Amino acid sequence: MKGWWHVADLSIDFAGIGSPNPFWLASAPPSNSGMQVHRAFEAGWGGAVWKTIGAPVLNVSNRYGAWHYGGQKMLAINNVELISDRPLEVNLREIAEVKRAWPDRAVVVSAMVESKPEIWHDIIRRIQDTGADGIELNYGCPHGMSERGMGSAVGQVPEYCEQITRWVMEVAKIPVIVKLTPNISDIVMPARAAVAAGANAVSLINTLNSIIGVDLDTLEITPNIGGKGGHGGYAGPAVKPIALNMLAALGRDAVVGGSKMPISGMGGISTWRDAAEFLLLGAGSLQVCTAVMHYGFRIVEDLCDGLSNWMDEKGFAKISDVVGGSLNRVSDFNHFDLSFRAVARIDQGKCIRCNLCYVACNDTAHQCIDLIAKDGSLVEPQSYDIQANGKDEAVNSRPSVHVREADCVGCRLCFNVCPVEDCIHMIEEPSGRPPVTWGQLTESQREVTEDWEKMKKYREKMGIEIH
Amino acid sequence: MTEFPQSTAGADALGELLPPLTQNQAAIEAARCLMCYDAPCTHACPTHIDIPKFIKKIATENLRGSARAILESNLLGATCARVCPVEELCEGACVLGAEHKPIAIGRLQRHAMDFVYGKGIDLFRPGQATGKKVAVIGAGPAGLSCAGELAKRGHSVTLFEKRDLGGGLSTYGIIGLREPVEVAMAEVRMIEKLGVKVETGKEFGAGLSLTDLNADFAAVFFGVGLGATPALGIPGEDHIIDGLEYIEQSKVDAGNLVVGDNVVVVGAGNTAIDCATIAKRLGAGRVTMVYRRTENEMTAYPHEYDFIKREGVNFSFLTQPVGVHSENGTVKSLECVRMSLGASDASGRPAPQPVAGSEFFLAADQIVKAIGQQKPSLAAQLKLKTEKGFIQVSANFETNLPGVYAGGDCIRARGAASTVMAVQDGKLAARAIHERLVARG
Repeated sequence: MKGWWHVADLSIDFAGIGSPNPFWLASAPPSNSGMQVHRAFEAGWGGAVWKTIGAPVLNVSNRYGAWHYGGQKMLAINNVELISDRPLEVNLREIAEVKRAWPDRAVVVSAMVESKPEIWHDIIRRIQDTGADGIELNYGCPHGMSERGMGSAVGQVPEYCEQITRWVMEVAKIPVIVKLTPNISDIVMPARAAVAAGANAVSLINTLNSIIGVDLDTLEITPNIGGKGGHGGYAGPAVKPIALNMLAALGRDAVVGGSKMPISGMGGISTWRDAAEFLLLGAGSLQVCTAVMHYGFRIVEDLCDGLSNWMDEKGFAKISDVVGGSLNRVSDFNHFDLSFRAVARIDQGKCIRCNLCYVACNDTAHQCIDLIAKDGSLVEPQSYDIQANGKDEAVNSRPSVHVREADCVGCRLCFNVCPVEDCIHMIEEPSGRPPVTWGQLTESQREVTEDWEKMKKYREKMGIEIH
Repeated sequence: MTEFPQSTAGADALGELLPPLTQNQAAIEAARCLMCYDAPCTHACPTHIDIPKFIKKIATENLRGSARAILESNLLGATCARVCPVEELCEGACVLGAEHKPIAIGRLQRHAMDFVYGKGIDLFRPGQATGKKVAVIGAGPAGLSCAGELAKRGHSVTLFEKRDLGGGLSTYGIIGLREPVEVAMAEVRMIEKLGVKVETGKEFGAGLSLTDLNADFAAVFFGVGLGATPALGIPGEDHIIDGLEYIEQSKVDAGNLVVGDNVVVVGAGNTAIDCATIAKRLGAGRVTMVYRRTENEMTAYPHEYDFIKREGVNFSFLTQPVGVHSENGTVKSLECVRMSLGASDASGRPAPQPVAGSEFFLAADQIVKAIGQQKPSLAAQLKLKTEKGFIQVSANFETNLPGVYAGGDCIRARGAASTVMAVQDGKLAARAIHERLVARG
């Protein structure tokens, strides 16, 4: 990078674990061996969470499934691979070697053993002997280990989560991160247990339970493992919105957020843009797996470069300036302004006349987009002559799409389906009504929220017309 | 029907130019389709195939459904996938064309068609028999389309074809590089499987009269195409080869096709380009296309012109042949005169005028003419009303003789003749004939 430099400082101190940048390999196949982690560090990764070590296991073939959509490969991966199937001694020796070779990088070791205090004490001590920077407790693995009372079997019961973390904290001399499973109705509960047990940090999300699909030729589950298949851990770009929501839920929780406990974020991070979003919703370090499994260790270059450039543009000097920056924007329906109004506006210069907004609005939304002919008249679709032919007539006679703004509820479906960059805009149009939230309405005029007749009168009074 | 002609010499040089798409290529291309609503590609297609529908079926690997969506609108989908000027029709109207690459609609259509023909899947059955009989004259695209649509509606159709093989220009007049004979043959077989009785070697006028037909059939459809290549009217014309025969031989008798070393092709339409392609690909050292106007007036599609330039063919514009010079029966040269463009003529194009004293010789050992086709002789034969020499028909494709219908190139008084337009004519005429037969009970 001769002649070019970044201003932003990407280094982090995550619960006392230093790292030159926030990007760590997540505990997964990419961090399975010393050779791999060594190569990842050479490529520029700031840290690696070693693939979980612990109880003895055996693996199967066809362990990775994937979800492809619309010609796009690996929008998600699913796996039934277990924790490391390499002998414990080999892993511990390589961890020590890697840490010695890379003193500036974060080497965190993920662990999962039987739920007995003496066994946890033993593994924690052995990890500490390697010189590793931290420990991640794998309470998330949803397949294979959970059936043996480990992984998500622990993460799904906050009491277990708390108990085991307490055992760990009894002997831990280096930072301990509790990794949470998303296969739970409220992610906040196990995170509070981690806080209560005195953990140094949490990380989320582990993988989601999933079945990738069914083979329509053989009627077997995909991927098929000797004619059988079952639930596996789901990860990759498709899970990112779920991860962001859970991350924000922890940040907003009085106990977890209030404790200022650092959170390591993961779940579908593929680009620096994803990374920036995780940081803004409160992640203090970032873990990546699926994107690396798709493209290799080299992707860290753009993760760092893109994040740096964005931070320079936005004037963020260091990562901690970014962390949690958008948390105050996260709210819920009860606090949204019911008087906020936006309408769709189509840029006719950019529109390519695919009519996707038209059919989406008319079939499935609020019927406020019209097809208008060149002479200004309203036309029905497919109204051309059966003997019409040729591109000139098809293109020149094609009607344009227009939003009847008075009838537009601003649902934003057309905006979402439009394939053209920057063609449909959601324009904020003053509704003329004073701001009011559902929460305020419930407090001030509860009857309106409970009785349709009262609601009707309220709407008439406020000039709220529903089409 | 007779057997396929066996391709022999030159089969590779004139083999189908575009390779089939793999399933993966097709799926990726299909996924790129935006699935426009009331799509402009469908509007632009003369047969109005629901293109987004068939493309999305390729994306979901429902190839049988995809093929059906195509064939419901266009029974000759396999031919049209190959020979349609898609740049002027569906692909030319694609909304992605302005700033991106339009969807490869023709290639995708071929993918779906190759699937069903490759697997021998029959998608349609003859309709419940109505007991009505219809005669169709000419087994080209218009006739096949009309016959097939009538058979789907349960009518008993006999298709008379003067040639040995059905398919019309698809079989005889489009070079194998764009459409192999097998493709047209498969479509003829599909029409036969719908119950259409195909009688080849039966020429209308030669022992088959309208009176005969009217006695046996409730309606008659003529899809007879156009006539032979007109004469240039110059000395030595008997040494000039008819371009349509040149193409025909390259398709059904390639082993005996003689190609010169220095070939001159007279004309600048799509057929002329096909002739030049044959000559170039089958070993001519030099091929020159001679046209009396300029590239601005030539009737070949722009994409065809681009293609032939890349083939390495030379052009001599503003050039009109005035005589063929030969020695001992061997062509030596084509004598030409330079032209200049004057005021617009009846066709709306500038009229070329000879430049006095500008005669010159173009060395040539083979001269091929492709300067259009003569108007249908059928009109005079049956005393049909005409429009610019073409058979005049009503909106229902009925001629001035009640119960006598026509479609395809023989009625194309307006617009450029094309296979897909002929297919649409046949389809709409079949609807009209059906209405007529049903209404009469």
